[in-house]
Amino acid sequence: MSARALRATTPARTGVWVGIAAIVLMVAAFTGALIVRRAESDWIHFRLPPIIYVNTLVLLASSVTLERARAGLEAGTRWLTMTFGLGLLFVIGQVLAWRNLAAQGLFLATSPSSAFFYVLTAIHGLHLLGGVAALVYVLGRARRAQNVAGALDAAALYWHFLGVLWLYLLLLLTVQL
Amino acid sequence: MSVPGTTAPAAAPHHGPPTSFLRKYVFSLDHKVIGKQYLGLALVAVFTGMVLSWLMRLHLAYPDLAIPGLGKLYPNGAPGGVMTPEYYLSIMTMHGTIMVFFVLTTAPFAGFGNFVLPIQIGAEDMAFPRFNMMSFWVTCLAFLVLVSAFFVPAGPPISGWTAYAPLSAVGKDAGPGQGTGQLLWAISIAIFCVGQLLGSLNFIATTLDLRTRGMTLARMPYATWAWFITSVIGLIAFSILLPACILLILDHVAGTSFFIPAGLVISDTLQPHTGGSPLLWQHLFWFFGHPEVYIAILPGFGIVSQILPAFARKPLLGPRVLIGSMIAIGFLSYMVWGHHMFLSGMNPFSATLFSVPTLIITIPATIITLLWIGTLYGGRLRFTTSMLFCIGFVSVFVSGGISGFFLAQPSIDVYLHGTYFVVGHFHFVMGVAAMFGIFAATYYWFPKMFGRMMNETLGKVHFALTFVGVYCIFMPMHYLGLHGDVRRYSAFTDEYMKGDIPLHRFITIAALFTGAVQLLFLYNLVRSRFRGAPAPDNPWQATTLEWTTSSPPPFDNFGGRHPVVTHGPNEYGMKGRDGDYIMQTSSEQLPAGG
Repeated sequence: MSARALRATTPARTGVWVGIAAIVLMVAAFTGALIVRRAESDWIHFRLPPIIYVNTLVLLASSVTLERARAGLEAGTRWLTMTFGLGLLFVIGQVLAWRNLAAQGLFLATSPSSAFFYVLTAIHGLHLLGGVAALVYVLGRARRAQNVAGALDAAALYWHFLGVLWLYLLLLLTVQL
Repeated sequence: MSVPGTTAPAAAPHHGPPTSFLRKYVFSLDHKVIGKQYLGLALVAVFTGMVLSWLMRLHLAYPDLAIPGLGKLYPNGAPGGVMTPEYYLSIMTMHGTIMVFFVLTTAPFAGFGNFVLPIQIGAEDMAFPRFNMMSFWVTCLAFLVLVSAFFVPAGPPISGWTAYAPLSAVGKDAGPGQGTGQLLWAISIAIFCVGQLLGSLNFIATTLDLRTRGMTLARMPYATWAWFITSVIGLIAFSILLPACILLILDHVAGTSFFIPAGLVISDTLQPHTGGSPLLWQHLFWFFGHPEVYIAILPGFGIVSQILPAFARKPLLGPRVLIGSMIAIGFLSYMVWGHHMFLSGMNPFSATLFSVPTLIITIPATIITLLWIGTLYGGRLRFTTSMLFCIGFVSVFVSGGISGFFLAQPSIDVYLHGTYFVVGHFHFVMGVAAMFGIFAATYYWFPKMFGRMMNETLGKVHFALTFVGVYCIFMPMHYLGLHGDVRRYSAFTDEYMKGDIPLHRFITIAALFTGAVQLLFLYNLVRSRFRGAPAPDNPWQATTLEWTTSSPPPFDNFGGRHPVVTHGPNEYGMKGRDGDYIMQTSSEQLPAGG
């Protein structure tokens, strides 16, 4: 193993941590806005579309498959491909959730509660698509038999963060204080 | 394991030298080219912003003056060449936005930081060259989107650079430019945030991970320290402004009500919104906005701390105190945003809560100023143009900072906040001081950037006239403010304020003069670029790594070498092999007690 691999941090890892910090702050700003807005009388309470909970399980499962992929990448890219598939499934599930809300007559401008739901899930979804792109990049490298340890490490860090972020958003959107 | 002297860089070279024109000069991955591109953008932006300020000043001094050509350029806003009050506000908005975002953020931070930081820490490039390239082009796109607001029928927005809601959120009912113009503004700033986040990410990862062997944090040059701290502040600030802009855009185009209250009637039209909070925008904006002041000024702190010892031939006084103070400023900058909102009906107790940290933040700023003055004391000063601008920086920063003591008191601020006193204050402390930092950096690093020296005589004339000019412009504004001249008024034609017009005329003449002096700087830049005397590697006998490589540096900065750092950046005024200083890479031992 080279001296470089022994370093505690790599630019990729630092970069992901800094990116995570930026996303956390962004979500903190949205949370602040949500708390201020929730105090107003035009806030409508609505039930989240049930498919959201299925999506949550899909996303958690994808973190598990990603760890399996990290544990045994020599055995092939099967687990990694599965993670990629689950990621896409989550995005499709989110689109279905939006359609469900729209069918109930809850649009972006209907109420601040629906507005925050659309905005927060869209922001999370966009970042998740970034994670999917990272998985595609790692898959491509693995297929060409290139070294993927560093890239996979960084991608996994980001992916697990998106899972945690989703759990936070779910809590924020469901818990009524 | 590598042995000393043959260190492996922390990351492998990311890319080879480019061969095509497009890769070399346009979509370049090289941090040096990207830095110059940022500076080029800032140069275009600063002259645009300056011409806008001339238009404002002319109207303030001569309210009935028809400005030739303006009527043709914009018949709605300036029929016959005399601008309407709304058009004055449009120009003011664009002046502020262009200057704050595209000059004071891009030049000292993204521009010089990009060029100098990787070389100062001995790296071949930034950690993520592709993100770096994207950062510039995204910022460039943001500038084009903003400027395009001049070419939509209703013109640019009138809500100022702070874009207070609901004026900024309700759309075209709120006035000319508040429809498409304001939307373009919000989109531009959102894009700008993305660009600066990519930049900050790069600065942080590069500083943490790509330092060469021996470049410990304690040996890091002060400019690099300042850029690093600035990038952390920027990461936080732009992460907050981006969501705010997204919500503003949605209020504009999607009919949401984040910032627009219920029952709002504008121009006899009831706005179809419910329950939004205009104050929410102010909080989000200033949580970004106050740290933004430090994004503009901290690189100047670093630049001055780097340049002063080189021309005083004396180590900087208290380098650790300097770095600690800069970190303290960065930390405190997030606790004071409410002092921009004393007029918003804030509870006096909350106002006190913001007033106290505002006063506390002056302590590290004062300490830094004293360190600079202490460094000058007893030094063997070399009055190069760069040094003069550093001293000028200290002067204007102190002048602007002192009025800050007054404004930090809510009881005084309530009277002064809406007046020219504040305009004078922030132009000194944030605008002119940051510009002096940019000038100092330009005269200092130009030889490294282009391999040619700038003309010192022209430079000194440029400094002297600019220094006198800015005092003539901004000092009288404090008196105007105390006398009750309200900022954002397009003309002071009513009875009470009429008497102030002569002073406004003096300021206008000073502004036109000082602006014209900048053409001298532009001429010096262009002429030196092609006709300047060839620059040696280390024209200033400075200690940091950028002066160990050729001027301009090769593509990988050190021509395949990996510098090993053995000294701090502060070894001036001692006996070294080359004279009175020891370079950071020198193999010499420090003299006893040094």
